[in-house]
Amino acid sequence: MITRPLPSGAGRPRTLYEKLWDSHVVANRPDGSALLYIDRHIVHEVSSPQAFVALRASGRRLRRPETHLGVADHAVPTRERGGEIADPLARSQVAELEANVAEFAVPYARLDGPEQGIVHVIGPETGFTLPGTTIACGDSHTTTHGAFGALAFGVGASEQGTIMAAQCLPQQRAATMQVELVGKRHPLIDAKDMALALIARIGANGAVGHAVEYTGEVVSGMAMSERMTLCNMTIEAGSRIGMVAPDARTFAYLEGRRLAPRGELWDAAVAYWRTLPSDPGARYDRVVTLDVGTIAPQVSWGTSPDQTLPIDRTVPDPAAIADPVARREAEKALAYMGLVPGQRLDSVAIDTVFIGSCTNGRIEDLRAAAAIAMGRRVAPGVTALVVPGSAATRAQAEAEGLDRIFTAAGFSWRHAGCSLCVAMNDDRLAPGQRCASTSNRNFEGRQGPGGRTHLMSPAMAAAAAIAGRLADVREFV
Amino acid sequence: MPAEPFTTVHGRAAALREDNIDTDIIFPARFLLITAREGLGRYAFHDRRFAGDGQAIAGFVYNDPRFRAAPVLVAGANFGSGSSREQAVWALHGLGVRAVIAPGFGEIFHGNCLRNGIVPILLGREVVTALMDRAEAGLAFTVDLAAQTLTVTGEDPIPFAIPRERRLALLNGWDETDQVINTHGADIAAFEAWQRRTQPWLHV
Repeated sequence: MITRPLPSGAGRPRTLYEKLWDSHVVANRPDGSALLYIDRHIVHEVSSPQAFVALRASGRRLRRPETHLGVADHAVPTRERGGEIADPLARSQVAELEANVAEFAVPYARLDGPEQGIVHVIGPETGFTLPGTTIACGDSHTTTHGAFGALAFGVGASEQGTIMAAQCLPQQRAATMQVELVGKRHPLIDAKDMALALIARIGANGAVGHAVEYTGEVVSGMAMSERMTLCNMTIEAGSRIGMVAPDARTFAYLEGRRLAPRGELWDAAVAYWRTLPSDPGARYDRVVTLDVGTIAPQVSWGTSPDQTLPIDRTVPDPAAIADPVARREAEKALAYMGLVPGQRLDSVAIDTVFIGSCTNGRIEDLRAAAAIAMGRRVAPGVTALVVPGSAATRAQAEAEGLDRIFTAAGFSWRHAGCSLCVAMNDDRLAPGQRCASTSNRNFEGRQGPGGRTHLMSPAMAAAAAIAGRLADVREFV
Repeated sequence: MPAEPFTTVHGRAAALREDNIDTDIIFPARFLLITAREGLGRYAFHDRRFAGDGQAIAGFVYNDPRFRAAPVLVAGANFGSGSSREQAVWALHGLGVRAVIAPGFGEIFHGNCLRNGIVPILLGREVVTALMDRAEAGLAFTVDLAAQTLTVTGEDPIPFAIPRERRLALLNGWDETDQVINTHGADIAAFEAWQRRTQPWLHV
């Protein structure tokens, strides 16, 4: 019989991660791993087909169908909605998802419906994402949901099959890392800049093996959208888990959402959620402190998210890098990116702009970009897309008139989906095209074979669209 | 699904002297529209192996006839970082890879390997660099999972570690879902009863 202390129980001070872990252990295993209960699972069209195949082959059903949520986001076109999908492979993938959710009775946000959107945007919006839960999805950016004080992580298709049938997953306990954000930020510095600055400092594998908790006055002052951006980018530092302790702002965001508890259950849930934050005196295995007062707007220059610099710097010179491995990586990145050492970053011309993704596709992101775009024009020769993270976000933006600001400025206004973040739908870069992007990965080929990606915040991407080059958003006010 | 039991691997090793080989490089996203898990080997490292016109790119290790069927891959730090796509592992498996040696792995990729008959071997950077030299010299590697040793022919075995449960599952070809349900069915039911009592809002 295992003991399962509630977050308010146990004598020793514990971190948020330890509380979430302890409250989900189904069984401990001889090699130190544990069987962890999974409360919530999000299913999208690209990573789930093989999991359903395995389930069907084993003759099993979903243990708790109501704990899953299906939606199509990765492969879907965003230019139009409602008609037939032109790409036959994408069309059949979405059809396969729809057949699977129907056969296994999984709740589904249909493609032309009001709750469709990117998995990590609609989970919170519908109240499917709740504090104190474990959440899995066949997508590495599942870290996003940790912003609600959930233990949320990306899994492969095999693990999805196990979750579907058993509602559990064997897991190794992670070490803990506290990332403390302190100081007073410039008004145009947002969570994306902070995340990129952090990754540039600790490295793209700097948080491997650790569950990251973001703390400090800067984080408690953040809206949920910014907390989600921070947690979303945690995987780009190598960690599957990024978290923020739930607080009054978290509860205010969730109250009244369709799938959030109501009435007495809401009160009981909030009372429970208030016990989740790390106890005073709880110890982390590692602590990193970042003073956000020193951060300038960030842009990535290479092909790994840690190859990032403030916009007012120049392209680094590999010859000046002492570490031979880092030097070789920089040379490789500059060759792919077509950049010259010593070139000013704010002189790099771009031809494409992408505002959207699970990192920066929420209403607050669109507002920040619209504030820069308002009354201005996209530079000649630049294609600029604004892709809301969800149908609900799109509707909200239209109610606020943001779509008209964007289209008047020459941006293309889209339906919800992953779009140009992932190069597996209608939106892809051609070889050699260069994109200012609010997405999360600047990997080789990420936005299309031979495409070149510069990561940045929504306001910075809007500034780049207007300038036709990477630009310092602080010059746009 | 049950896999073939993992047996000792013996053969050449391909060396990929780069850090941060992410799963987009291992399996480009556009091929994710394919929903089969078999036959993906042809897409492994696709944009490194083939130019836009489909011609093989000379100099890439898997285009070298000596290494095309190498069962071992020796790579740089943070191998398999990024996307959770299990296709990256299925593609490597399709290529014939049964063990990957690196000074660090993307965590989700690491877990996916263990569930698909590929042993991820974590070793220090200096050791890995030395192994890349051996691999390029064409020496044979032997991976003995039961003994948890890696041996380059004629040299001392190098120990590595895989957690016991994972090791047993690989060696026996056990399916994780079967194992969880068969071993822990009662534990899961007990957990659910406890959670329904303490957090009823999760069970409505």
